[in-house]
Amino acid sequence: MSVSQGMPVAADRAPIGRTSHTMEWLQRALPKIVLAPSFAVILVVVYGFIIFTGVLSFTDSKILPSFNWVGWENYTKLWGFRNWITALQNLAIFGSLYILLCSAIGLFLAILIDQKIRIEGALRPIYLYPMALSFIVTGTAWKWFLDPGIGLEHTMHLWGWESFHFTWIKDGKMAIYCIVIAAIWQSSGFVMAMFLAGLRGIDNEIVKAAQIDGASNFNLYRRIIIPILRPAFLSVFVVLAHLAIKSYDLVIALTNGGPGRATEMPATFMYSYTFTRNEMGIGASSAVIMLMMIASVIVPYLYSELRGGKR
Amino acid sequence: MATGTHGATQETAVRTNVLVRALIYSILIVFAVYYLLPLYVMLVNSVKPLDEIRQGNMMAFPQLFTLDPWRSAWSTAQIGVQPTGLKPYFINSVLMVIPAVAISTLLGALNGYVLTKWKFRGDGLVFGLLLFACFIPFQIVLIPMARILGLIGLAGSTPGLVLVHVVYGLGFTTLFFRNYYDAFPTELIRAAQIDGAGFFRIFWRILLPSSGPIIVVTVIWQFTNIWNDFLFGASFSDVDSQPVTIALNNLVSSSTGVKEYNVHFAGAILAALPTLIVYIVSGRYFVRGLMAGAVKG
Amino acid sequence: MKLSKLMATSALVGGLALFSAATYAAEEVEVLHWWTSGGEASALNVLKQDLEKAGVGWQDMPVAGGGGEQAMTALRARVTAGNPPTAVQMLGFDITDWAKQGVVADLNDLAAKEGWDAVVPPALQAFSKYDGKWIAAPVNVHSTNWVWANKEIFDKLGLKQPTTWDELIAALDKIKAAGYTAVAHGGQPWQEATIFDAVVMSTGGPEFYKKAFIDLDSSALNSDTMVQAFDRMAKLRTYVDDNFSGRDWNLASAMVIKGEAGVQFMGDWAKGEFLNAGKVPGKDFLCFRFPGTQGDVTFNSDQFVMFKVGDDRRAAQEKLASAIMSPSFQIAFNKVKGSVPARTDVDGSELDACGQQGMKDLAEASKNGTLFGSMAHGHAAPAAVKVATYDVITAHFNGEMDSKTAAAELAKAVEGAKQ
Repeated sequence: MSVSQGMPVAADRAPIGRTSHTMEWLQRALPKIVLAPSFAVILVVVYGFIIFTGVLSFTDSKILPSFNWVGWENYTKLWGFRNWITALQNLAIFGSLYILLCSAIGLFLAILIDQKIRIEGALRPIYLYPMALSFIVTGTAWKWFLDPGIGLEHTMHLWGWESFHFTWIKDGKMAIYCIVIAAIWQSSGFVMAMFLAGLRGIDNEIVKAAQIDGASNFNLYRRIIIPILRPAFLSVFVVLAHLAIKSYDLVIALTNGGPGRATEMPATFMYSYTFTRNEMGIGASSAVIMLMMIASVIVPYLYSELRGGKR
Repeated sequence: MATGTHGATQETAVRTNVLVRALIYSILIVFAVYYLLPLYVMLVNSVKPLDEIRQGNMMAFPQLFTLDPWRSAWSTAQIGVQPTGLKPYFINSVLMVIPAVAISTLLGALNGYVLTKWKFRGDGLVFGLLLFACFIPFQIVLIPMARILGLIGLAGSTPGLVLVHVVYGLGFTTLFFRNYYDAFPTELIRAAQIDGAGFFRIFWRILLPSSGPIIVVTVIWQFTNIWNDFLFGASFSDVDSQPVTIALNNLVSSSTGVKEYNVHFAGAILAALPTLIVYIVSGRYFVRGLMAGAVKG
Repeated sequence: MKLSKLMATSALVGGLALFSAATYAAEEVEVLHWWTSGGEASALNVLKQDLEKAGVGWQDMPVAGGGGEQAMTALRARVTAGNPPTAVQMLGFDITDWAKQGVVADLNDLAAKEGWDAVVPPALQAFSKYDGKWIAAPVNVHSTNWVWANKEIFDKLGLKQPTTWDELIAALDKIKAAGYTAVAHGGQPWQEATIFDAVVMSTGGPEFYKKAFIDLDSSALNSDTMVQAFDRMAKLRTYVDDNFSGRDWNLASAMVIKGEAGVQFMGDWAKGEFLNAGKVPGKDFLCFRFPGTQGDVTFNSDQFVMFKVGDDRRAAQEKLASAIMSPSFQIAFNKVKGSVPARTDVDGSELDACGQQGMKDLAEASKNGTLFGSMAHGHAAPAAVKVATYDVITAHFNGEMDSKTAAAELAKAVEGAKQ
């Protein structure tokens, strides 16, 4: 069907201009010519570089790329590292909590804000602004805030709540949850905006009809509105999933992988092996695994997206 | 069509009584506090003298109000061997972000236009490949990208940084415009063609004028991402092109010496000011723009 | 297609290049470093001014973060792009790793003319030279096995400078019993490794240190002595406050300065914090070697590695190297930095008491062959090994494994990271 939409019309136009054969060809090819540079560049700098990384993962590259083939050695080494296993476990904890809570909070806030709230104009930028800040900026503030010695715990003690205890960031088992808290802070407002956009896009007739039918508020949302938001859920999931897998500056700014290596994540692992431990080969092999994880989330989404596009 | 949904406001709202509304308001305000807390901490501590920060309560209002940390962060703080403050780096960032946002938005619009209104065999695959580019971890491209920049003579320059940001922003800008234009009635385009309008004329005269909301979304998205970028800035910049994020990092994460937290916080807010303003000013259009396409399927 | 796109982009942004492009002066050096703020940055400024007096412009390229991690990433991008800086601040084995890539300059002519071989300790030369060629100009020598103590607390509790492990523990017990935090510590892997350096040196002696960390001998790494060293780390862990993890080292120093904590085990850069706070060595605070390591020095040394640059930038590069090695700069810089000069022939009378002792210890250790590179600071083994040992030390210090497992894991980790 895609063929029927654009091109033939362009062909129809050509005789009117009565121009040369070349011009006609140019008219036809113009859309592709416009698109081609972007596509070609992406082919090189994304897919070319992915292949390059794949190749490096089979070499003994240390400080700079080398092309000494070592087979699967880097991969076997990689799966033997405690840090890598920790990183994957952390990604599982972080990723699931982050995606779940962000979506839940985002949806909850969107629904509340959608109740004809007077101060919406003031609240919306407040919810959204964390997305605008880089963690280079807010990392210090969060680190302070979570630090028992100067942050929340200290403040509560000063305010007279002596038994207040909040030392997660110093605790190897709990520190990852601090990262979740800060990450939710950063992205949930954005998720709220996406859901809000979805809610505002819903046809009013549907809602009115349901209300006339006497549906309770709860059922209205559960049965009608939330199912309509399915595409929004999908977009939210994809955005959050890839942010989770790529999360790097957040971890660096908050814990730098600590205490110990308790909050190592795949992205920090990859960076540290590639650039600080001078083990580019191993870094590349971890990057390949990360790419595969990302692809396993994104490709099905892309597939359904594109199929959906061909209505 | 884009306007049809805008007029109808908040009809999904449910009927509620006063008590429930009070509850809703309080929940929303509690969340607002959660979101504002870090900014509050930064703001309050950026106007305190250092001694007060060291001994005091980070949540407390300043006993002694001072703007010196702000002055210092902007124009006199030691960054590298020069006591320049963030000012020159701020300008570098502006010089980088404006062309990068403009070019990537324009290219995204053109790509979206082609992919929806001038379909060809394999357009889905092309779009899929472009979109996947959004999701690669940028750490892997540093070394090969550095090589390419070196080969074309743009290493360590603002144009080089602009190029990198344009290239890696294309996926998202194309996605936004493609989803938006997908809903744009193709009949209008055909009518224009019958009237003799060509490829670019249709784009300039018909599509672009009604692209307001999605341009806002794209510009916000690109602006914040590029302004906040650290990795590319640290790797591909030179003496004269280091963006403000690098300078801020140099300011706050020095290895030794007294940590001037008040100056750090002031610097952090200064570096974040442009993105903050963009969000606050255009927050309303942002939701509208998302509504008009970016979140669709 | 790609080319046309690139050209289009270049053309579009070309206008901007006019605004931002540097106007290169006749003679200039570009220096990549991570001394981005405070005292060290102003110390570096001395060098900049020295050079400017000699007619050489200074292009500053600071990239802070994580003891140079970000700077090394930037360097890699610059070298790959074929656009290396003139000189780069670097530590230990990183220098050797880069030298192996064949991208560094040869300073032998200059070194011969100025007689560097005679004045720089051989243990430092191991890094400043590669394959018989001078490639870097060392700025300073830090020694890492220092203890910084609050004198008021020591006086109040009637404590003497401990000289053995047992005396140290006895002192720490007293400090703890008096209600202070005994050991001010920041829980970051490199800080734990810094203490571990000293503990291993103290437990096993210099021979053992060399066997374990420099020769990377498995039997030394997984030995009873190493288990004992880990036990001692666990013992020290009990003197640390609850809030230690992730703390920056300078905040730990502040605890000693303010009299909240008794001692800090840290390299001599900590001295700058004390001096900045207006404290006087010997009067307000004490500096002494980690008990059991008197006469031994573990060091790290900041060096400026000279990269291969075009002939037009060569002369300026040599002037830079020469300026770094000049005695007047070495003294001026190290007074601020807390370290001691990299050349042993300069007059140290301008330095404070701790600095003078540091110079004396350095010369002595160099003579006796007990001057060793610090493992924690990448001067004993390459980066991969260094960070692999961090992993084990930190995991053990945070109670994730017992000492026996730790020694076995250490041997395993080092074996895995060795090249």
